[in-house]
Amino acid sequence: MAKKVFERPKYLKKSVFHYCPGCGHSIIHRLVAELLDELDIGKKAICVPPAGCAVLAYNYLDVDMGEAPHGRGAAVATGLKRTLPDKIVFTYQGDGDIAAIGTAETIHAANRGENITVIFVNNGVYGMTGGQMAPTTLEGQNSTTTPGGRDPARDGSPLDLSQMLAIAKGSVYIERTAVNSPKNIRRTKRAIKKAFKVQMAGLGFSLVEVLSPCPTNWKMTPVDAAKWVEEHVTKIFPLKVIKDKAGKVT
Amino acid sequence: MIGEAAVRAGCRFYAGYPITPQNELTEYMANAMAPLEDGTFVQAESELAAINMVIGASMAGARAMTSSSSPGISLKQEGISYLAAQELPAVIINTMRGGPGLGNIAPSQGDYFQATRGGGHGDYRTIVLAPASGQELANLTMTAFDYADNYRTPVMILGDGMMGQMMEPVTFPDPVDLQKLSPKPWKLDGADGRPSRVILSLLLDTAKEEEHNWKLARKYETIAREIARADTYMTQDAHLVVIAYGTAARIAKGAIKRVREIGLKVGLFRPVTLWPFPQRAILELSRFVKDFLVFEMSTGQMLEDVKLSLEGRSRVHFYGRPGGIISTPDEIAKVINSLYHRQRLELEEE
Repeated sequence: MAKKVFERPKYLKKSVFHYCPGCGHSIIHRLVAELLDELDIGKKAICVPPAGCAVLAYNYLDVDMGEAPHGRGAAVATGLKRTLPDKIVFTYQGDGDIAAIGTAETIHAANRGENITVIFVNNGVYGMTGGQMAPTTLEGQNSTTTPGGRDPARDGSPLDLSQMLAIAKGSVYIERTAVNSPKNIRRTKRAIKKAFKVQMAGLGFSLVEVLSPCPTNWKMTPVDAAKWVEEHVTKIFPLKVIKDKAGKVT
Repeated sequence: MIGEAAVRAGCRFYAGYPITPQNELTEYMANAMAPLEDGTFVQAESELAAINMVIGASMAGARAMTSSSSPGISLKQEGISYLAAQELPAVIINTMRGGPGLGNIAPSQGDYFQATRGGGHGDYRTIVLAPASGQELANLTMTAFDYADNYRTPVMILGDGMMGQMMEPVTFPDPVDLQKLSPKPWKLDGADGRPSRVILSLLLDTAKEEEHNWKLARKYETIAREIARADTYMTQDAHLVVIAYGTAARIAKGAIKRVREIGLKVGLFRPVTLWPFPQRAILELSRFVKDFLVFEMSTGQMLEDVKLSLEGRSRVHFYGRPGGIISTPDEIAKVINSLYHRQRLELEEE
């Protein structure tokens, strides 16, 4: 008898990802979809997708979706969650969306302790617009708007938004993971699971920052991009639990 | 007045940011929402955050409102454009003050273009209501929530600092029974036993975006047909009609009462909806009124809509005081007087 060992998650629509080869979004989408099923929260989930590469997330995740203007995810999610406190509300945002144009919305949502979950995908670049410098671009890293590489004197240094959010009293659980290896993918899934559980328990603001490769805009092969995450990105943005006020959540 | 009317209209979500001259409303909403089990008040970190919280609450099906004054309304325009695009109901209060820039905190009507021309980016319209009394402020606030829900579109109430600070006796309509409001089969509350829903504004396919634009345009045509409204005062026998809205209309009414006492046949036409503009009613008046005087607390914005409505059939004169200056009825009476006598002289010469 054949045994089914792998299948499409229930909350992933039957459409083909538009993401580039080696991009982390499709992996992260899948992890979210698996967890919506495993935690049995898909029926009460409302996702707020961003502006950026993941703007089309509603073509993939089979849950209610309310699109936010660029950077405003945390504010839109605040309105949704305050109106429907029994639902599971999460945003899915890139680094430009959350750490540049949406910095204020995110910090204040965390500070108010909004009981929402944020999936923060950090690939160090504005992907959809063609590879401009993001707040998270590494020093020396090339982008279309940092000729010769990011120069701290001219362009500033990488911004660690997750650390900033950890200072806010209302944030409960913040972890940084990556999706550049099977081991890290499993860690990412555990982190997002905990973040959702924090919300389910009504504890407050939870966020998982996922370091994700962008081979297209980094101008690398998918394998080299995964290596770059390990060798360079994690040196500036180390993988760790940044804040955990929740402890063990069941 | 707006606050109490909003609560009675079933408003259960308010987000706002402090700005003068409308802080009384924000403070009222903080206190009004607190005892309500299903009520939410959020003092937002910015005007942008406030309007985006309203977007979220509206997606979730709540009757939601935000308020601000001119500079803050500029910041909210991003969200208003999204509300229009995503066909989400919401009520936005603009208590206009002197501008541009920081300007001052005195009553003004300088945001007419911004309010009636969309204000934000893209091809859309916002319903704009212009109350001229405390009672109307209360009534129109309740109407605004109905229009927003019925047409699934943002509705703006355009008042000014004078309206905001006014004290007048008001009879509030009975509270709305939230259970009796029409269901919102588009809202987001989790796909439990139904297909998942998406409320988006991104339409990369140009054919789809065009279709969406035409759909909105048809909706705006319906709105224009159904709700355009104006109030008139002593226009039946008028040789000259003053056109003004909001606080300016009240001042004009005072002036008209004065000139009527000395026998001048002057009336008032007061648009209650600024968009849709009551152009047919003005055109109707032009059949027997040769001169119109537009009076605004600006350098002349509604003036353009009046001229467009009249299609060149009558003469349009203008008197405006921008910058937060409040004209007295006597000042307007003088302007009316001189126009009126010039018109009579011309007639005698003919």
